[in-house]
Amino acid sequence: MSIKLTDEMLSMLPDTRGHFGDYGGRFVSETLFDSLETLEREYLRLKKDPQFQAQFDKDLADYVGRPSPLYFAERLTKVVGGAQIWLKREDLNHTGAHKINNTIGQALLANFLGKKRVIAETGAGQHGVATATVCARLGLECHVFMGAEDVKRQSLNVFRMKLLGAQVHAVTSGTRTLKDAMNDAMRDWVTNVDDTFYIIGTVAGPHPYPLLVRDFQAVIGRETREQSLHQAGKLPDALVACVGGGSNAIGMFYPFLTDESVQLYGVEAGGLGIETGQHAAPLSAGRPGVLHGNRTYLMEDENGQISGTHSVSAGLDYPGVGPEHSWLKDIGRANYVSVTDEEALDGFRKLTRIEGIMPALETAHAVAYAMKLAAGMGPDEVVVINVSGRGDKDIHTVAQMDGIEL
Amino acid sequence: MSRIEGVLKSLKGQGRKALIPFITAGDPSPDQTVDLLHTLVEAGADIIELGVPFSDPMADGPVIQAACERALVHGTSLRQVLGMVRTFRETNTTTPIVLMGYLNPMEAMGTAVFADLAAESGVDGVLTVDLPPEEADEVAPLLTARNLDAIFLLAPTTSDERIRAISQHSSGYVYYVSFKGVTGASNINVEEVAGKVRHIHELTALPVAVGFGIRDAGTAAAVGRVSDGVIVGSVLVNTIAQHQTDPAQLKRALTDLLHPMREALDGLSS
Ligand SMILES: Cc1ncc(COP(=O)(O)O)c(C=O)c1O
Repeated sequence: MSIKLTDEMLSMLPDTRGHFGDYGGRFVSETLFDSLETLEREYLRLKKDPQFQAQFDKDLADYVGRPSPLYFAERLTKVVGGAQIWLKREDLNHTGAHKINNTIGQALLANFLGKKRVIAETGAGQHGVATATVCARLGLECHVFMGAEDVKRQSLNVFRMKLLGAQVHAVTSGTRTLKDAMNDAMRDWVTNVDDTFYIIGTVAGPHPYPLLVRDFQAVIGRETREQSLHQAGKLPDALVACVGGGSNAIGMFYPFLTDESVQLYGVEAGGLGIETGQHAAPLSAGRPGVLHGNRTYLMEDENGQISGTHSVSAGLDYPGVGPEHSWLKDIGRANYVSVTDEEALDGFRKLTRIEGIMPALETAHAVAYAMKLAAGMGPDEVVVINVSGRGDKDIHTVAQMDGIEL
Repeated sequence: MSRIEGVLKSLKGQGRKALIPFITAGDPSPDQTVDLLHTLVEAGADIIELGVPFSDPMADGPVIQAACERALVHGTSLRQVLGMVRTFRETNTTTPIVLMGYLNPMEAMGTAVFADLAAESGVDGVLTVDLPPEEADEVAPLLTARNLDAIFLLAPTTSDERIRAISQHSSGYVYYVSFKGVTGASNINVEEVAGKVRHIHELTALPVAVGFGIRDAGTAAAVGRVSDGVIVGSVLVNTIAQHQTDPAQLKRALTDLLHPMREALDGLSS
């Protein structure tokens, strides 16, 4: 099933209660309700405030270094032998990933709301670093919750956060990964709700987070649209982005939703293979449920307990996904696919060796899928990969997979 | 009249306050839960809140999180929890049971199936922590149609407008969360709670039970003085954790904890 989306339809989503079709909403305990309503009200006001938008744009330009380039990967295109492969270089942003677009926006919100204490959850540590960075810049107290498992595999980012003045809390409950970090961040928020702003790192969580994170990340797609028209002489034929919670993907997709000719591909973490159950691909293999404040596709067992996930990439190791993606899946506007750990590592190596660009392992999933996709397309067609982040943080993991000790 | 309403009315008639203990079903193991429910009744419980274990209990502190993990190690499912209530009802038809949990296990079962089974099993009320009334238009009517009380939370951050609206969606009682935080924390400020509960009483005719931070006879009495009932959770669950390998000792310890609270609450009416 696929329906033609119009700007008018999109302007009504999410609805006033934060729903994208059957998904989204605000499933939180009562204590947080008031804060979410305030945040929603203030955000909707500031969204229309030219001064707020001007400040956001200025920060993106002068501090983040936007616009990020759209780069024609000529050699990769040749090697793959199909469509032209272009790279949207979010890895060149300050702090090395798309995450900073969102933290700049939310930190501005925190400032406007007069909150002096900021908390965040993080998986790979990129969102944690991006949050610690904006907090350092604005002089805000920063606490980052990170699964104990991820603290181990992303030690470089843990140290970066500490250097930036953040306190990193290792979370030892549950599966000790991103979902548990998010639980603990929620617990902290409920306790310190008066003075604390929760900077959520992806398009998940209760309304209005999926909305505001998407708005802050949509700069990726807006730039890509213009750059593609200008540089490739046409709109892209396909966009490919990895999907953890889905913020880099929705940021890329959103400005193209009404362009019917543009195919959208969200690439989930297939881990050891969907059939093994050891993966993090709720849109490919999960079903709708409620977690972390919203209704969305989840990985869960038959009793409604959230399943443990597996991915070589910490940033994709999450059992849920942003509610807008669940909606886009159901209406057939976007395609959700998965690639395995091994394929992702192959993508990592290829982009590194062929283009001299070392992508994050999250991004490597998009690279791996895009190579398959482009191979079956013609030379006049344009595939854009959202290079959501750079791979420095992952070299330990890659070395380990190769049996090398650094 | 629902069983919950009946119990609270009769207590009110006697000038007494409800003692509402909370434990997690399946903790320390599923075969002990029914026994523990009877122990709680013997120790003075008027109503019992029975926690349905969930893998991601966002509103709970470490103590109840650990209880969920212990219960889930044994694979305790919502279906099994309903079975426990059914067994409890074979010998106790008077003490109301309120299931307290998170939405996802109920949705996984199917909310209509859940409502049917809950009513059949002898459950009296359902409190879903992550389901505010705004999102409950599907679930709440299913409960009401089966004479199950839908119990919602009120918090220190809840506006008057919302207190009124939430009360309108509630039956049985409303659960006032005594402080901003998770279960098991101890930042209760009795004076603040008293003021807020008095205010809630002005906005709704429903009984008000207060939970979070009640850990001994002193806090029970102080909060009982201004409310219709007190909910005691983390101290009990902590006791279960301490005595998980010795069922006999565990029952004694739970009784020793609840007795003084019962006495303190009853002391308020004399
Ligand atoms: C580089 C990079 N890409 C992607 C992700 C996944 O997040 P999302 O799906 O929200 O873009 C992360 C998360 O840590 C990341 O660091």
